[in-house]
Amino acid sequence: MAILTENECRTLLKKVLSYSKADECQVSIYSSDSANVRFARNNISTSGAISSSSMAISSAFGKKMGVITLNDYSDESIQKAVKRSEELAQFAPENPEYMPMLGPQTYPAHGQTYVPATAAITPAQRSKMVEDSLNVSKQNKLTAAGFLQDSAASSAMMNSKGLFVYNSGTNVNFSATMRTADGQGSGYVTKDYNDVSKVDINAFSLIAAKKAAGSVGAKAIEPGKYTVILEPAAGIVLLEQLYGSLDARSADEGRSFLSKPGGKTRLGEKLVDERVNIYSDPTNPDLPATTYDGEGMPLDKRSLIEKGVIKNLSYSRYWAQKKGVKPVPEAANIIMEGGTQSLEDLIKGTEKGILVTRLWYIRPVDPQTLLYTGLTRDGTFYIENGQIKFPIKNMRFNESPVIMLNNLDALGKTERTVSGESSQSALIPPMRIRDFTFSSLSDAV
Amino acid sequence: MGISASMLSQFTAVGSPVVPGTRMRDVDVAIKKRMSDVALNAARAKGATYTDVRLGRYLNEFVTTRDKNIENIVDTESYGMGIRVIANGCWGFAATDKLDNDSIARAAETAVAIAKENSRIQTEPVQLAPQKGYGEVTWKTPIERNAFEVPMKEKTDLLLSVNDAAFKNGANYVNSVLFMVNEQKYFASTDGSYIDQDIHRIWPVFGVTKIDEKSGKFETRSSLSAPRGMGYEYLMPKASEKIKSQTTLYRDRYDMLEDAGAAALQAAEKLKAKSVEPGKYDLVLDPSHLWLTIHESVGHPSELDRVLGYEANFAGTSFLTLDKWKSGKFNFGSKNVNIVADKLQPGSLGAVGYDDEGVGTKQWDIIKDGILVNYQAIRDQAHIIGLKESQGCCYSQSWKDVQFQRMPNISLQPGKEKMSPADMIKNVEKGIYIIGDSSFSIDQQRYNFQFSGQLYYEIKNGKIVGMLNDVAYQANTQEFWNACSAVCDKDDYRLGGSFFDGKGQPMQASAVSHGSSTARFNGVNVINTARKI
Repeated sequence: MAILTENECRTLLKKVLSYSKADECQVSIYSSDSANVRFARNNISTSGAISSSSMAISSAFGKKMGVITLNDYSDESIQKAVKRSEELAQFAPENPEYMPMLGPQTYPAHGQTYVPATAAITPAQRSKMVEDSLNVSKQNKLTAAGFLQDSAASSAMMNSKGLFVYNSGTNVNFSATMRTADGQGSGYVTKDYNDVSKVDINAFSLIAAKKAAGSVGAKAIEPGKYTVILEPAAGIVLLEQLYGSLDARSADEGRSFLSKPGGKTRLGEKLVDERVNIYSDPTNPDLPATTYDGEGMPLDKRSLIEKGVIKNLSYSRYWAQKKGVKPVPEAANIIMEGGTQSLEDLIKGTEKGILVTRLWYIRPVDPQTLLYTGLTRDGTFYIENGQIKFPIKNMRFNESPVIMLNNLDALGKTERTVSGESSQSALIPPMRIRDFTFSSLSDAV
Repeated sequence: MGISASMLSQFTAVGSPVVPGTRMRDVDVAIKKRMSDVALNAARAKGATYTDVRLGRYLNEFVTTRDKNIENIVDTESYGMGIRVIANGCWGFAATDKLDNDSIARAAETAVAIAKENSRIQTEPVQLAPQKGYGEVTWKTPIERNAFEVPMKEKTDLLLSVNDAAFKNGANYVNSVLFMVNEQKYFASTDGSYIDQDIHRIWPVFGVTKIDEKSGKFETRSSLSAPRGMGYEYLMPKASEKIKSQTTLYRDRYDMLEDAGAAALQAAEKLKAKSVEPGKYDLVLDPSHLWLTIHESVGHPSELDRVLGYEANFAGTSFLTLDKWKSGKFNFGSKNVNIVADKLQPGSLGAVGYDDEGVGTKQWDIIKDGILVNYQAIRDQAHIIGLKESQGCCYSQSWKDVQFQRMPNISLQPGKEKMSPADMIKNVEKGIYIIGDSSFSIDQQRYNFQFSGQLYYEIKNGKIVGMLNDVAYQANTQEFWNACSAVCDKDDYRLGGSFFDGKGQPMQASAVSHGSSTARFNGVNVINTARKI
């Protein structure tokens, strides 16, 4: 089954709106075809194909709104859903923060999010890709577990004020963990792309295999403050806590790390090292992204942190109106500028430090300082005089990405990576950080 | 996600009562059986040696507030079919929301084709524990009041009153949410089961924020409610279900108004609380906190799929390896530690009649007198630990996700000797009494963990002397449970839990409860989490 095309979405959403009797009505639709293979113990464990779709109908009378979602698009079902969303809206108390729906918008040019070859992956191709990874595992006497998923999806939004927007995209995501037979070594790799032709399962699997073999015989070192090199897959899980928290309202309300005494905020202030530049750009060819947000606002290129200064916070339409500023939607994607050094160069330039390849189970500890805890996983190595000397046991950290980016020592080349926590992709460089705080040892491999 | 457009069709004016039974699409059980048989027959015709079908209608309702306003009322419905097969000894799965006979048959054929394709590289054929067919049976969560049939005004009035209660006591901001779930699941398999289940859950939550504008500091206090496998009756307070402590605690009925009022006062108190001195403390952990420690450090490591390596790429493996279980001597915890798995406990999130592969539910020991004695297994794992049948732990979050091993309720059994939390605190020389859950993190084999709470009270020489702040405790799982020196009796037993236990790829959420009475853990390492930016 194929995802809904722009014309199909337009026709269907028009029909939904034709049933509306509300002051305002907005309909969004998402359809996807995805398939996946999970593997473990050098075997396939589960595998499936899922075709699904979902529609959300928002009806409003004045400042009262009701929302219904459904996945049955028969005329009868849609008519009932529209009616029920209206009944729900009429019933709902008035929300003073309700904002009228947007009219037609101009959206940035849609990047190369949709790649036909990715949408056309067959069960046989999928099986072959997993077989390639299992072969690397078996040839290296390792045990592999992993996940391969590909999907094609489309989304569209239309409202009674004339707004219409359509996006489509494809994605292929591969991750694998390879472990030694004695359970003393473990390595990981994770990659995702819009275009399946960029996927080199053999090369990716070798990364995990090398880390697994290299992490056997880990030594315990005393927890404390260390210089660390965070590979992009490790750095992203802490950085996403920072760029995901750049919200104006919580800062203005005094309940954010960006709040200051007396009701002020850190917007426009230098918060981190001046080499930190983070922005979003949905048209970036290496990370093409959706061009509209949940309210239909266009997602343009925008700086979040420039030369260490907080440049933009997101403003909901309501909060922007209240504060007399332009609304700023959340970022479409995240791109952090890097330097020219490779990961190997960063290691060579490190006198004493720790190479962290993955961080895991990241949870907030203190929102006042954006303090997070979590652990290293699947390959952690001690560096001395520019060389990896030996694997070390995993450790728990308690650290704030704000403190971390103030202790920035060096940046490598930016690359596309995917978060093992949120599954979101970003362009992130490897980073060398001073005084990263580890608080205890873990026996986990 | 799904929608509970159900009751809404009857709303004509504010406060109109909802007429039950007006769901958007109530499908007759005979039709469900016919649709399921289409899938079973199509898969069999293509060579499947086993097939199960889950025809699911998943309804959610969220009512969300922000301060003085109802921010959102959202009803969701999702309806579709997931078909799982074994062909050539390999699993295959396909899901569709097109439910005409041709689409169902095509999905079944896709599932078989996937299984056959992948069987080419399979070296361990699936071994399925035998399961007798139950014929046509039904099961329903024993609720007193269907939350989906409660007038919306009653729900919005409750939440706005909750927020008001917090504002009256000085809160600066309040968010509150009512989250209601109804899973209408029809299961059929080639074993001869046709199982119709109607499952209900409810979770009321709030968060209160207090700000000290002068210093720029802020503190929050979240609700001490639990998600429950209950109807709206959970929100009908009863004096007999309250436990008086430093704050009021709740058994099987929750007083959301009272808790919100207390939360505002406590958030203000937290702003002035003493920052903890790091070091070793005896911890007295309330069930509203301990459930999460049980979940992470006992529930997850005793999942057999983790032990075997099926979750190695995401959730991780487990330190509770098979050799430790086989020894019959692995000292998981002290003699006070008795942990039971169950899918039966009334009012719990795990309680169902049958799991998502058609196995009747049950109860069994995981840790007995401190010793590891069992795991959590499903049909294709049972043989690995010598079981002749599954323990009934299979679950999928929706029709479109494949079912796999998920945690049943995992609960610490109460102590046998009469003991209240106050009795327990009397004997603590240097300790911290922790109420409510907050930050949680644990490594991928479940050794090293760190937890925080909502409220921390310092205990000195058997007395609570004041509130603390910036507390987190770190421990190794085995050391921690061996430091369990006492567990209060059954009068203190309460359930905690979550709707959102995440596991698997693609990740699926599962709802699970964890019961316990207040328990004491000696000499646990406490760190101070205060930093400056």
